[in-house]
Amino acid sequence: MKRVPDSATRVRVTPDGAGLDPAGVKYVVNPYDEFALEDAIRRKEEAGEGKVTVIALGPPETAESIRQALAMGADEGILLACAGSHDALSVARALADEIRGREVDLVLFGKQAIDDDNMQVPQMVAEFLGLPCATVVVGLEIEGGKATARREVEGGHEVVEFSLPAVVSTQKGLNEPRYPSLKGIMAAKRKPLEEREVTLDAPTIEFLRLDEPPAPAEGRIVGEGVDAVPELVRALRDEAGVL
Amino acid sequence: MPGALAYAEIREGSVSRASREAVGLARRIAADAGGETHAVALGPPGTEAAAAQLAGFGADRTWVGESESLELCQPDIAAAAIARLVEAGDYDAVIFAATAQGRDIAPRVGARLGRSVASEVIECRREDGAIVVRRPMYAGKAIATLRFTPGPAVMTIRANVFAPAEESAAGQVSSLDLESLDGRVRTTALEQGDRDRLDVSEATTIVSGGRGMQGPEHWPLLEGLVEALGDEAALGASRAVVDAGWRPHGEQVGQTGKTVSPNLYFAVGISGAIQHLAGMRTAKVIVAINRDADAPIFGVADYGLVGDVFEVLPALTEAVREARQGS
Ligand SMILES: Cc1cc2nc3c(=O)[nH]c(=O)nc-3n(C[C@H](O)[C@H](O)[C@H](O)COP(=O)(O)OP(=O)(O)OC[C@H]3O[C@@H](n4cnc5c(N)ncnc54)[C@H](O)[C@@H]3O)c2cc1C
Ligand SMILES: Nc1ncnc2c1ncn2[C@@H]1O[C@H](COP(=O)(O)O)[C@@H](O)[C@H]1O
Repeated sequence: MKRVPDSATRVRVTPDGAGLDPAGVKYVVNPYDEFALEDAIRRKEEAGEGKVTVIALGPPETAESIRQALAMGADEGILLACAGSHDALSVARALADEIRGREVDLVLFGKQAIDDDNMQVPQMVAEFLGLPCATVVVGLEIEGGKATARREVEGGHEVVEFSLPAVVSTQKGLNEPRYPSLKGIMAAKRKPLEEREVTLDAPTIEFLRLDEPPAPAEGRIVGEGVDAVPELVRALRDEAGVL
Repeated sequence: MPGALAYAEIREGSVSRASREAVGLARRIAADAGGETHAVALGPPGTEAAAAQLAGFGADRTWVGESESLELCQPDIAAAAIARLVEAGDYDAVIFAATAQGRDIAPRVGARLGRSVASEVIECRREDGAIVVRRPMYAGKAIATLRFTPGPAVMTIRANVFAPAEESAAGQVSSLDLESLDGRVRTTALEQGDRDRLDVSEATTIVSGGRGMQGPEHWPLLEGLVEALGDEAALGASRAVVDAGWRPHGEQVGQTGKTVSPNLYFAVGISGAIQHLAGMRTAKVIVAINRDADAPIFGVADYGLVGDVFEVLPALTEAVREARQGS
């Protein structure tokens, strides 16, 4: 699970291009990770046994987001504390190192972190662990150690089959994530949250800078109502050359 | 001299436009270094015929892997085959289109090679020999500039941003050995709805409807415009419309839907919420139709028309049809 700026945040880049200006930024649990959490918690509830562990890598404040996941119903949290990184490969390696050696049936991720928009960490973790991996999953059935997943592709869905343990990345449509209940929030305070420092490997891609996108070209209103239609079509054909 | 490798998706026996864009970029990168452009295509027996097309689209060499099991995309086999090719070859870039397949496979290849991956690249150049890319982050609210360390630069490229490879002298086709490659996941079915209609992520023209359309029964108005715009056009939708159950989620454009960069985007009865803009602001030409002159969508539109969709759409569809017939 990753802690990310809320999608409604106005993104401002620091003048030196080093990164996001943190002033006024509100942080949330990455929205796609909520589908992953919900799926894990439901499976545990339905089985009547099992354990849901939340692992997040990021700055110390990430602990707050882990508490939210615990309030939803996860059992324990692990914070791999470091300044964070835009490089999915080194993050995936650290996560895989943490997962390796644990007894897990299912490693669930969101399909994408909405800050870096990489869509890479789940596949990379699966490669490092040598596990099957299905991405962008909107349906997941598991029976007797065998899984069938429906994943979103252009214009439809693909069905993939694999055996557990496995890595799955989740997409909207898989479920409706719950809101933490008051009782859950109280319970979360007493759940174990382990914190450990990690150092990431040097990335093979260097982050040079961040810029705000160029302001959109000045547009114009061609007119009002049906009368403006001919001018719109003329502009699209003759000025923009797109008809 | 190091060359560049592009992954080519074969769909219904031909090379997709997105893949031609990947080959086009590979060609540019390879040319900078005086190296060769290679493509790799995987599929069931008979794929070689489609691969021959690639050879005529600027790939000096096209590696073709055929197997019965590749009737559908098998990501592990693809990743293993590509990683093996890269390890044995001399490539300083490995390029995928940022499609469902490309996004799924590229990180698997990156992990196998121990190389980072840049997703949804929108610019790519060489600086002092190093490959430097730019890519959107924060749903397009910021653009990052990244530089690969020496070694293969693995990336996915956003659709409709890079020029597709042009036809050129035919290159060679070589067969790729897939023996001993096995998948941990097995793709068993592809369920596609109406394939007569292009997916929003593949279209070069998009007509998106929002809550201003007032109800699903009015979608034929938008379908009419799509039809008038031709074969490369598709329908899109705002989240409000998808959440209301008027349209399928596959059509949603925006932060929690698809990110698109068509040549032409019509936002019809869409207010222009920041999460919608996140999915379409890089469209080359944006047209907004909305009865509220203060709607934020007009702030990003190249051409705005203030009016009622029910009056404007029929006239617009007719005028577009005429303009396209005339041209
Ligand atoms: C986390 C998060 C993620 C989100 N992700 C997405 C996303 O991926 N995609 C997305 O689209 N939204 C997304 N949203 C929702 C977004 O904030 C807006 O609510 C949504 O885009 C609004 O859809 P709309 O423009 O169709 O509806 P509205 O905002 O209701 O706008 C309707 C527009 O139609 C106009 N109109 C009404 N009647 C007519 C008429 N007869 N003729 C002409 N114009 C008319 C109105 O003036 C108005 O501007 C997300 C929100 C959140 C919080
Ligand atoms: N720093 C992190 N800590 C924990 N999980 C992460 C981290 N970064 C990414 N992930 C997981 O990987 C998914 C995909 O992220 P990404 O590949 O960065 O788009 C996210 O939805 C998270 O579930």
